[in-house]
Amino acid sequence: MLSPLILATAIINGLLNGAVYALVALGLTLIYGVLHIINFAHGALLSAALFAAFFAYQKLGLDPYLAAFAIAPASFALGYALQRFIIGPASAGDDRNMLLVTLGLAVLIENALLYAFRADTRTLDLAYAFKTINFGFALLAVPRVISFVAVFVVAVALWLLMTLTDTGKAIRAVAREKLGAELAGIDVAHIYAIAFGLGTACVAVAACLLIPTYYVNPSAGNAFVLIAFTIVVLGGMGSVPGALVGGLFIGVVESLGGFFFGESLGQLGIFVIFIVVLLLRPRGLFGASA
Amino acid sequence: MKAFWPIAVVVAAFATVPLFVHSNVVLNFLVVTLMIALAGAGWNILGGYGGQYSFGHAAFFGTGAYVTAILQVRYGVNAWLGFAAGVAGGAAVGAVIGALAFRAGLRSSYFALVTLAFAEVLRILASVAPITGAGVGILIKLDLRAEAFQFQSRAVFYLAILALVAVALVLTRLLERSRFGAWLIAVRENEDAAMALGVDATTVKLGAIVFSAAVTAAAGCFYAQYFLFIDAGIAYGTWISIEALLTPIIGGVGTIFGALLGALVVKSLGEAARLVTGDAPGLDLMVYGAVLILVIRFAPRGLVGALADAHGYLVRRFIAAPKSTAEAAHG
Amino acid sequence: MAEPLLVVERVSRRFGGLLAVDGASLSAPAARITALIGPNGAGKTTLFAIISGFLKPSTGRIRYGGEDVTGKKPHLLARRGMARTFQIVQPFAGLTVRDNIAVGAYLRHRARTDALMAADAVGKEVGLDDLLDRPAYALTVAARKRLELARALATDPKLLLLDEVLAGLNPSEIRDIVPVIRSFCARGIAIVMIEHVMQAVMSLAEHVFVLAEGRIIAEGSPTAVANNAAVIEAYLGHGAAAKVGSAHAG
Repeated sequence: MLSPLILATAIINGLLNGAVYALVALGLTLIYGVLHIINFAHGALLSAALFAAFFAYQKLGLDPYLAAFAIAPASFALGYALQRFIIGPASAGDDRNMLLVTLGLAVLIENALLYAFRADTRTLDLAYAFKTINFGFALLAVPRVISFVAVFVVAVALWLLMTLTDTGKAIRAVAREKLGAELAGIDVAHIYAIAFGLGTACVAVAACLLIPTYYVNPSAGNAFVLIAFTIVVLGGMGSVPGALVGGLFIGVVESLGGFFFGESLGQLGIFVIFIVVLLLRPRGLFGASA
Repeated sequence: MKAFWPIAVVVAAFATVPLFVHSNVVLNFLVVTLMIALAGAGWNILGGYGGQYSFGHAAFFGTGAYVTAILQVRYGVNAWLGFAAGVAGGAAVGAVIGALAFRAGLRSSYFALVTLAFAEVLRILASVAPITGAGVGILIKLDLRAEAFQFQSRAVFYLAILALVAVALVLTRLLERSRFGAWLIAVRENEDAAMALGVDATTVKLGAIVFSAAVTAAAGCFYAQYFLFIDAGIAYGTWISIEALLTPIIGGVGTIFGALLGALVVKSLGEAARLVTGDAPGLDLMVYGAVLILVIRFAPRGLVGALADAHGYLVRRFIAAPKSTAEAAHG
Repeated sequence: MAEPLLVVERVSRRFGGLLAVDGASLSAPAARITALIGPNGAGKTTLFAIISGFLKPSTGRIRYGGEDVTGKKPHLLARRGMARTFQIVQPFAGLTVRDNIAVGAYLRHRARTDALMAADAVGKEVGLDDLLDRPAYALTVAARKRLELARALATDPKLLLLDEVLAGLNPSEIRDIVPVIRSFCARGIAIVMIEHVMQAVMSLAEHVFVLAEGRIIAEGSPTAVANNAAVIEAYLGHGAAAKVGSAHAG
């Protein structure tokens, strides 16, 4: 009944979707790795970026893949400002306060979108959205393939940033040992803000990659962020390879789960994995201690 | 019982409201506010006194609502029994989540995450399971009799929810003055130090989450009786998780009246926003998000804390002087 | 002769590649003061964490009151009369001094009034009686150390593990707190203290164990240990014993 071909296609689609999940998770894990906070506002920021991409196309006629080059830097700036001027000062380093502030931001942003744009779901009608590439034995959607490639480009770019630039080294220093970095003269508040900005930019790029095949509404990001949390917890908080591998893995799980059990239960499966991982091995497969 | 006077005074004051307020709109506002205060009082026990911040209190609210609704609608159980069962059901869910999370040693952000996840799991299950009415929800039949916990007059509902809030306040006060409460607060302040002093932190936290869940579940049961309709988004939605945590944070975590004060402020702000800019969806939560950030930034101990600070400042500035140089040196 | 109150039998603890404690054995008799000294990083606090149940040993046993208590949780040990203080003081910052001490007192008194009265009594004994209503975060370092002691004392312990309780105190503060510690002993409480302040160790301790690089390298009376060549080398480096010896001789 179940042809291996169909299964293979489901798996490959899972991998392609998983790449975008990985990108969202990458942003989250970057923020956690450096600031040691769980950014509850991640989903709302994704929704905001989706709206930005949507209007970039609707009002300016900008293709999302091009708009990404404008939206990503803008999101970086937004993320930088949020951390520098709101989250940082409000939480004063207290773990619990940071949780609450990012939660507050999440609620604020999501509902600001709801208030401004209503809850109606919108989609973009792009010419290439339904085009497929013949991959030998399977037909793959063009946007998904582009996403897959783009995510790896972004991952490589980030890796280069981290290893080759001074800023990247400063980020790694702060992530590892904040006090020491501070004593060495690194402006920690600035680095925190940069890390947050990078995380937000990742999410913005993910939004632009998603929008051809996904929908836009104020809570669209939430579905993603809980998946991103699962990935980050599975792959290990603060671990970049963990986010990438975990993203691909979860993409496949979701694809197969949805295939066999239907979409809602597929989502449920992810949550269950999330809870199980949190309870049994919070540091995940690659991560450091919880 | 000197310690309970403030509660008695406040509750009595609230009880007089129906004597001079007859507008259904205002009474409805107050009923909803008190219901949120009850949910918040529940959160406050685990979060305020216990220091474990849950982002998924909807799990308890929704369970209370669904248990009582299902028992009444599908099994013809009496509404009051259903209410009790709902509270017990919520407490049971609290016990399960607590047992899993605290045994695993989850703290802080991880605990918040896992509670969020549990609430979402319940929401998804409720939105597809036949027993909860799946996407359609459950409608409790209109039956305006006291035996069915439904009342013609809004004022009676108001007094009912006030009574529940009063019970929650009294229980919280008892907690504050009990050994369990002292241990819970110690765990909040410093779990390791508490353990070194003989406090079984895991059991204490478990007790706190069960208590917390029961109180919030009561709010859920009340919701079902007052609005007569629930669905997955209402019962287990993030809106109630947020409002339950927002009210004590704004009012003052770990204080008796924090949740009540916070609920009044939050709901009033929501209404004010609505009056000014019209009834648009998302507006009230938007305001709540902004208020949460502002409170954490400028008054992290909430209104009660800010008032206490102001009081302390005024006392120091205008009334007291150091009793001796020793005290001044230590102070 | 009866078994000492606390017996640590060849305890080791490994953290990944690091052997923090290596086959350490020590014992502490009831109602006596025993000191655990050694250079920084020797593993003393790790050993305390193992004894008090915060860490499990990789190998070895802990016997307390004649019973094997290896791996038992801290709160269970506290209930059996083993109390500990922390090297970095950990007051319940938001509570008053009295309420801090009461948390310990509640272990032995169920009712609130009893626990508060016991807290007052212990507070007085430790010299905190005019600070009982202060919030803990407002205390000086010396007062916080007394608070640590008071909290532990309120649990009515038979064994008190003090982790560098004198650190950060100036000489007059040390002079004030030493008799308080000695008075516990007179009450029948056994004390094991990790200490760097040698003058206090000399005057308080009856028996001293020296831990270096996770291993017990010497034990005995304070003077015997102070003159032990291995101990001198552990603190001052290789060859130091000879130098000290020749300095004495010359």
